[in-house]
Amino acid sequence: MTATADHEVGRARARKEDARLVTGQTNWTDNITLPGLAQVAFLRSPHAHARITSVNLDAARTAPGVFAVFAGPDVAAEQGSLPCAWPVTEDIVIPNHPPMAVDTVRYAGEIVAAVVARDRYAAADALELIDVEYEALPPVLDMPAALEPGSPKVHAEGNKSYTWTLANGDLDAAFAGAPVVIERTYRQQRLIPEAMEPRAVVVAPVADEFTMWSSTQIPHVLKVMLALVTGIPEHKLRVIAPDVGGGFGSKLQVTAEEVLALILARRLGRPVKWTESRTEGNAAVHHGRDQIQKIRIAAEADGTLRGLDVDLLADMGAYLMIVTPGVPLLGAFMFNAIYKMDAYRFNCTGVFTTKTPTDAYRGAGRPEATYAIEHIMDDLAVHLGQDPLEVRERNWIKHEEFPYTTISGLTYDTGNYEAATALAKDLFQYAELRKEQSARNAASAAVRLGLGVSTYTEMCGLAPSRVLGSLRYAAGGWEHAAIRMLPTGMVEVITGSSAHGQGHETAWSQIVADELGVPFEDVRVLHGDTAISHKGMDTYGSRSLVVGGTALVSACGKVREKARVIAAAMMEVAPTDLEWADGRWAVRGDPDQGKTIGEIAFAAFAAHDLPDGVEPSLDSDATIDPDNFSYPHGTHLCAVEVDTETGWVKIRSYVAVDDIGNVINPLIVDGQLHGGIVQGIAQALFEEAAYDDSGNLVTASLADYLIPSAADVPSFTLARTQTPSTLNPLGVKGVGEAGTIASTPAVVNAIVDALRPFGVTDVAMPCTPERVWRAINSAVNNAPPALGGTTPRQPPAQNQTDGGGAA
Amino acid sequence: MIPASFDYTRPGSVEAAVAALAADEEAKVIAGGQSLLPLLRLRFAYPTLLVDLGGISELRGVRDAGDALEIGALTTHYELTRDPLIAAHAGLLAQAAGTIADPAVRHRGTIGGALSHADPAGDLPAVITALDAVLVVTGPGGSREVSPGDFFADYLTTTLAPGEILTSVRVPKLGDGWGYHYEKFHPTAQAWAIVGVAALARRSNGHVAEARIGLTNMGSTPVRAGAVEAAAAGAEASATAMRAAAQHADQGTSPPSDLRAAADYRRHLARVLTGRALAKAAGV
Repeated sequence: MTATADHEVGRARARKEDARLVTGQTNWTDNITLPGLAQVAFLRSPHAHARITSVNLDAARTAPGVFAVFAGPDVAAEQGSLPCAWPVTEDIVIPNHPPMAVDTVRYAGEIVAAVVARDRYAAADALELIDVEYEALPPVLDMPAALEPGSPKVHAEGNKSYTWTLANGDLDAAFAGAPVVIERTYRQQRLIPEAMEPRAVVVAPVADEFTMWSSTQIPHVLKVMLALVTGIPEHKLRVIAPDVGGGFGSKLQVTAEEVLALILARRLGRPVKWTESRTEGNAAVHHGRDQIQKIRIAAEADGTLRGLDVDLLADMGAYLMIVTPGVPLLGAFMFNAIYKMDAYRFNCTGVFTTKTPTDAYRGAGRPEATYAIEHIMDDLAVHLGQDPLEVRERNWIKHEEFPYTTISGLTYDTGNYEAATALAKDLFQYAELRKEQSARNAASAAVRLGLGVSTYTEMCGLAPSRVLGSLRYAAGGWEHAAIRMLPTGMVEVITGSSAHGQGHETAWSQIVADELGVPFEDVRVLHGDTAISHKGMDTYGSRSLVVGGTALVSACGKVREKARVIAAAMMEVAPTDLEWADGRWAVRGDPDQGKTIGEIAFAAFAAHDLPDGVEPSLDSDATIDPDNFSYPHGTHLCAVEVDTETGWVKIRSYVAVDDIGNVINPLIVDGQLHGGIVQGIAQALFEEAAYDDSGNLVTASLADYLIPSAADVPSFTLARTQTPSTLNPLGVKGVGEAGTIASTPAVVNAIVDALRPFGVTDVAMPCTPERVWRAINSAVNNAPPALGGTTPRQPPAQNQTDGGGAA
Repeated sequence: MIPASFDYTRPGSVEAAVAALAADEEAKVIAGGQSLLPLLRLRFAYPTLLVDLGGISELRGVRDAGDALEIGALTTHYELTRDPLIAAHAGLLAQAAGTIADPAVRHRGTIGGALSHADPAGDLPAVITALDAVLVVTGPGGSREVSPGDFFADYLTTTLAPGEILTSVRVPKLGDGWGYHYEKFHPTAQAWAIVGVAALARRSNGHVAEARIGLTNMGSTPVRAGAVEAAAAGAEASATAMRAAAQHADQGTSPPSDLRAAADYRRHLARVLTGRALAKAAGV
C-alpha cells in the first residue's frame, strides 16, 4: 500500500487556507471578542514636534461609557521604552522611546493619550474631549539639513544615530585613473506599507497571566520583547497571531499599541481591544525606505567595473524601532549585486527626523541597493554606448564561477545569470522592441518606447545566527519545526515561522506529504500561537521556507527514523533491513512487506509490542540554524510607453524570469511574484508618503496615498530557471521579496530609457506623469544631456515642444 | 467607521424628506453615501440627523421625457453605464460614469449625490455642464430648475438652500450628428481626475458645427471651456483643427495646485486632453 503515488512538491496546489480566509470563516484579531471586552482608542499628536505643556483628561474621564483615560505621565513608570534590537555600532544613539509620549512629541501620529471605554464609539467620542496644549518646536524634515550643526534637534543627543561602514579592496586605487567614473544621487522615497488588514491587538488578563492576540508577523519575538519591556515574566505571557492579513514588514514590530494594550489591560484587570483605522495606520505604522543614495562607480573603458562607492543617508524617523538602524545594512551586502569588482566601500549614516519611524518594508535594504546599482549600470551603459545587458554581462559572475565570494564578503552558492537573461530576452522579444524604439525615436513620435532592465539578486533565508551576531543584531536566525503524529495517521505540523498570507499551510503540507508518505489532506499546519508553537523566529526576510522548511525536513527525518525502529519490530526484521521507499518503510528485497507512517503511528499509540527502550511516540522536532543566506536572482525586463505630451507612463509588457531554486508550489510562487512586482511598480510609479513643511503627513488616506490595483498594471509574463540552492535540503532560495526588489529599477530604467533622447538621465520616484513631463521639459529647455558622447540625441516631438511652453 | 452619533430617518416621500431636512439645519442627506461616509468616518462632518433618501422609489431610474431624459437622483453610476435610454441619448454620461472609482463605488454612488457633493474633481459635474442639463431641486416651497452654472457655487458648495434636495437631472437628448468623449486623466484607476474633459461635438459636412466642453478639476467648480467652443464652431473636423481650438482650453480657468499636480501642469493637460477629447467627439 502506497500512501501517495506522486510527489506533492512541485504541484500547483490551491491553498488550503484560502477557503476560510475568503469566506469570512476565520477570526482576524478584530473579530475576536471576549466577555467584558473594553475598547481602546489613542489620541495622537497633530504636531510633528512639540512640547506637551498640559493635558486635561477631566471631561473625557466623565464621558458616558468611559472606563479610564490615561496620558503619558500616568503610564510613565511602567511603560518602559520600545525596543531596538539592532544597535548597529558601539556608539549608536538609541533614544528613549516611550510608547506614550510623556513630555515631547516627535512625529505627527505619536500617541499622547488613551481612552478605554465600553465601545469604540464611546472611546472615539471621549478622545475629542481631551484637551492637550502644545508648545510647538521646529520640525526636522530634511536629512542633510538635520546633520548641519545649527539644526534643531529631534533628540538631545543630536540628529545622527550612527555611521556604519563596510569596506573591502583598495577603493582609491580603483578610482584613481579610472577611464570612467560615474556619480549619481538617487532618492528612495518614503513608503507606507499598506497591509490589507490594519493592525489590531486584543489582550486578556487572567490573574497574573496575559494572552495577547495581535495582527503581527512575529508572535515569538513579540513575546520575548514584551517580557523585557514590561517586566511581565515571559512564562506568564502567551502571544497569538491568528490569521493575519498581510504585513510586508509593517507587522515585524513591537508596537506602542501592543505594549500599551498590555499595560492598560493589566491596570484595568479586564480584556481590551484596539483596532486602527487606515488613516491612523498611515501615520503610525512604521514607514519604509527613505534614503538619499550617493553612488559612484569606476570602470575601465570597456565597462569592466573597478570599484563602487556608496554613501547613504537613511531616515530613521523620530525613533529607532526594532530593526530600524539595521535595514540599510541589509542593503550594504547587495549594492555590488551580481557584479565582480576590485574594491567596494559602503557608508551609511542614520538620521533622526520628526517623521514616523521607519523600519523593514518588503525587501528591507535590498530594494534600495538593487535600484541604485541597476540604475547606475544603465547610466554606465549609456555613457559607453553599450546595451545595458552587454555591460551587465561583462561584469556579472559567470555560472561556472560559483561558488563565488563577492566583494562585500558573501559567498553565493549557485546561480546562472546567463540562462535567466537569455530566457527573459527571448520572451520579451528584446531585439524587436529595440528596433521599434529606434523607429519611434527616428520619427520623433509623441509616444516613446523605453526598455528597462533589472538583473537582480538578493539575500534570503535570514539568517545565520553568527552573521547576525557579527552585525550586532540581538537575536539569532534559526527556525524550529515539530511533527505530531496522531494515532489515526494524521499529521500535525508546528512551525515557528508565522504565516500572514504566504501560504505556509499548503506548502508545508506538500513537503510533509512527500517526507512522510502521507496524503496532502492529512497534514494540518499549526502556527502563530506561542502556547502551541513554543519556539520560533517568525516570518520576514524570505526566510520561512529556506530556514523553517529546512527545520521541517529535519523533523520529518527524525519521525522516519523513530518509525523505522517500530516498523522493524512490527515486521520482525532488523531496522537495517528496511528501506524508505514509496513513502513507507519496506523490507529491502521484499517490497510487498512494508508499513506506512500511519500504520506505524497507530502501533506507537497502542504501544503493545514496542521493543525495550523504544518510546511510544514518533513525535519529533528540529531547530536549524542556516550556514549561509540563499541567493535568488533573475532578470526582469519592462517595456513602457511614455506619452511625452502628458507624461503618462503605460507599462506595455513585463517579463520576469526568476531563479528561486526548487519550487514547492508554483501557484504560490506566481502569487508572490505578482504581488511583489506590483509592490515594486508602486514605488516606481505611484506611492510616496508626503509631508508638508510643518511635518504633517499629507498622504494620510488612501485617497492621497495612491496604491495601484489590478486595473493599473499589465499581465506579467513569468518564467523560471532553476539552479537549486546547495545550502538547504529542499534546494529552495526564497521568493517573498524577489518581485519587489526586481521591479522598481526595471520600471524606472525603462522610463529613463524612453526619455534619454531628450537628455533626461533620471526621473525621481514616484515617476508621476507630472514629474515625467517636467523631466522632459527641463531637459529639453535647459540642460544638455548629462551623459554626452554616444547617445544619439533626437529632437523632441513637435507637439511636445508646443505643450512645454505652458510651464 | 466610528462616526460621531447622529439620528437617522428614512422617509418614504420627497415631501417627508424635505420636511425632515427643514426641521433640522444640521441634518444631511444621504443617498449612496460614497462622499458622506468618508467625511463621517474622519469626523470632518457632525450632522445631527441623516435623512436617507433610499426609501423614495420615485427618485430612482431614468425616464423618457420627450426632448430630454429625466434621471432620478438615486440612479447609481452603475445604472448610468447600463441604461439603454442613457446609451441612446446621453452616452457621454454613461462613458464618464464608467470611469468613476471602482465597481463597488459605482454600485452605491448616485448621480444626485455626486452632483450635490459638488467636488470639482468629480466627473459628473463637468459632464452635466457640457450636456446643458437642468437640475431639478425640491424644497419646502416646491420645485425649481437650476442650470449647472447656477447650481455649482464653489468647492464642495452648491446653491441648494436649507431644506432643498436635488431630485432629478434633466438631460436634453443629443440629436443626430453629435459625438462625445470623456477624457479622464487619473494616476490610478480608482483615483480622482487630475484633469477631465467632457467633450461634445456636432458634425456637419466635414466641419464641427457646434462644440461643448466641460472641464473637471480646473477650478473650484466645473468649467465650460467657452473659448474652445467658439474656436471649434465652424472649424474643419480634423485633429489639427481640434488641437488648435483646444489651445484655448485653460482660458478663464483657475486650476488648483495640490499633491497630485501643479496648476501649470493642469493648464497644459487641459489643452492637450481637450484636443484629444474634441477629436474623438468629432470622430477624427
